[in-house]
Amino acid sequence: MAPFPLDLIGLLGKTGTYLIFLAIGFGFGYALEISGFNKSTNLAGQFYFRDARVVKVFFTAIVVAMSLVFLSVSLGWLDYNLIWVPPTYLWPGILGGLIMGVGFILGGFCPGTSVVAAATLKIDGLVFVLGGLVGSWLFSESERFFSNFYFGSYYGRLTLMDVFDISTGTAMLLVTAMALLFFFAMEKLQIFVADKDTPRTHSRQIAWFAPLAASLVVLLSGPPTTAEKWERMAAEKEPLLAKRAVQIHPGELLDNLADDNQPVLMLDVRPEQDYNLFHIRGARHVRMDDLEQTANELLLDPGISQTVIVVMSNDETAATEAWKTLVANGVPNVYILEGGINNWLSIFAVAEDGIQPKVQVGDDQLNYAFSAALGDQWEAADPFPHEWELEYEPKIKLERKRGPSTGGCG
Amino acid sequence: MNTENAKRQKIGLFNRPAKPYADPYLGGLLMGVVLFASLFITGSGLGASGSVGRLATFIVDQINPQHVDRVPDLLHWAGGNTNPLDATLVMITLGSIIGGFASGLIHGRTKLEIHKGPHISKRTRLIAAFVGGIFFVYGARMARGCTSGQGLSGGAVLSAGSWTVVFAIFGGAWALAYFARKLWL
Repeated sequence: MAPFPLDLIGLLGKTGTYLIFLAIGFGFGYALEISGFNKSTNLAGQFYFRDARVVKVFFTAIVVAMSLVFLSVSLGWLDYNLIWVPPTYLWPGILGGLIMGVGFILGGFCPGTSVVAAATLKIDGLVFVLGGLVGSWLFSESERFFSNFYFGSYYGRLTLMDVFDISTGTAMLLVTAMALLFFFAMEKLQIFVADKDTPRTHSRQIAWFAPLAASLVVLLSGPPTTAEKWERMAAEKEPLLAKRAVQIHPGELLDNLADDNQPVLMLDVRPEQDYNLFHIRGARHVRMDDLEQTANELLLDPGISQTVIVVMSNDETAATEAWKTLVANGVPNVYILEGGINNWLSIFAVAEDGIQPKVQVGDDQLNYAFSAALGDQWEAADPFPHEWELEYEPKIKLERKRGPSTGGCG
Repeated sequence: MNTENAKRQKIGLFNRPAKPYADPYLGGLLMGVVLFASLFITGSGLGASGSVGRLATFIVDQINPQHVDRVPDLLHWAGGNTNPLDATLVMITLGSIIGGFASGLIHGRTKLEIHKGPHISKRTRLIAAFVGGIFFVYGARMARGCTSGQGLSGGAVLSAGSWTVVFAIFGGAWALAYFARKLWL
């Protein structure tokens, strides 16, 4: 697992976490002030092409942060799945954005800049903040009349990569190109409208070319393969396999299946013919080649951090490979069915007609013969939990999801 | 040399001459690094409108706590004994107040003043700022974030919804700029 972001509450407790956020806020306020964002005429000036300052600061900040984030992701330092990506609510976003535009041109601030303006004793900033308090209160009072709209057109964690079906590197390149176009246009317009030339500073060079370089690096290096991701976490995760900390006894699986409060997802990675002969009721058949795709789908499911995922093959070889693939791709709480389906059948199919043990055929092969391909209609596919009081060492521990469940403005 | 230093000493922290603002690209680089640090360490980005909302909820909670427990949008921040100001986002805003004040002090820009267009009165400017504040935060609450939370933070992590919000904000402001020109030009 990539080491960042950190589990701050676990590491530092609440006070320490709050101090970190206070320090980040200090940096934010400092950066806003030196950028001139506490002066309303600077902010409004952009809308009349008098001042390219705001567009430059804003888009430089975005492309620089974007470059550093995705470079860290491709170096394996940062887990993008644990980063708060504001979920998409399309129409409230558009309408809210337009209303913000009205506030921007009238008030000359946005909330962050008005706070810093007030902190540097700009009275118009303070008055904007007071107006903002009223605005928020009005929203709270009126929200219940349009909550269907407010909670509607929800697309979840939707990225530009999903919308346009492009790679991260391509998305970065497009955003960077757009920023450069804005920089170029605003600098030219500023000459035309206000006769102000732009000084050629080092910062300008960095802002123009570093994000471009970062985008190209990410684009050319491509997304890390599952093997590369596994390589990075092998030292941490191999011992779990060796200590048999993630191989759960069939009895533990059965008890979890019987627990109505515990969602369980079983993934059966055996060949399709074996699955058709026999599988545990509720198990989903997944081809090994499709596992990465499955991992990505699972990560989009908000309930994933509460779900126990159990992978199974006939013995354990394929299931172990599947476990590595899922874990490498950041899926939490994955376990392996100990001894696979063969072990399951050796416990639950002892007295069932139509299921006969075969001579050992080889590793991860089905050691049973079936009179028909009944899939999950066998009794052993859905044993009654109270008939089987099995002794086992419990291993399932739901790991708390690291990273923020809310963020930004929530 | 010595007399100059002595003079600077006398000027003190509050009366120093205002320095010009930094090169915008330099400001942007610093802001980008701060935003990255936030995302890298904590997993979440920057935000501002949420704190304004939480402060408003806090005030309502002081005046009429029963009312808070009846309104769904106030309830989730301040229902029961929940303190709406007990949040990491509020720490960011508190930090940015300190950081902004410090930078303003160091660079001689922490001054009691009103910035406005040349052809309006201070009164008009303050009314426009108040009304603008109402609109902006109302919209920010609806869009679930402002130029910081959706714009900077959501933009940098390539959220599709955040980019939609950014274009709506700038589109809305640019579309109205002509009609509001008396305020600024």
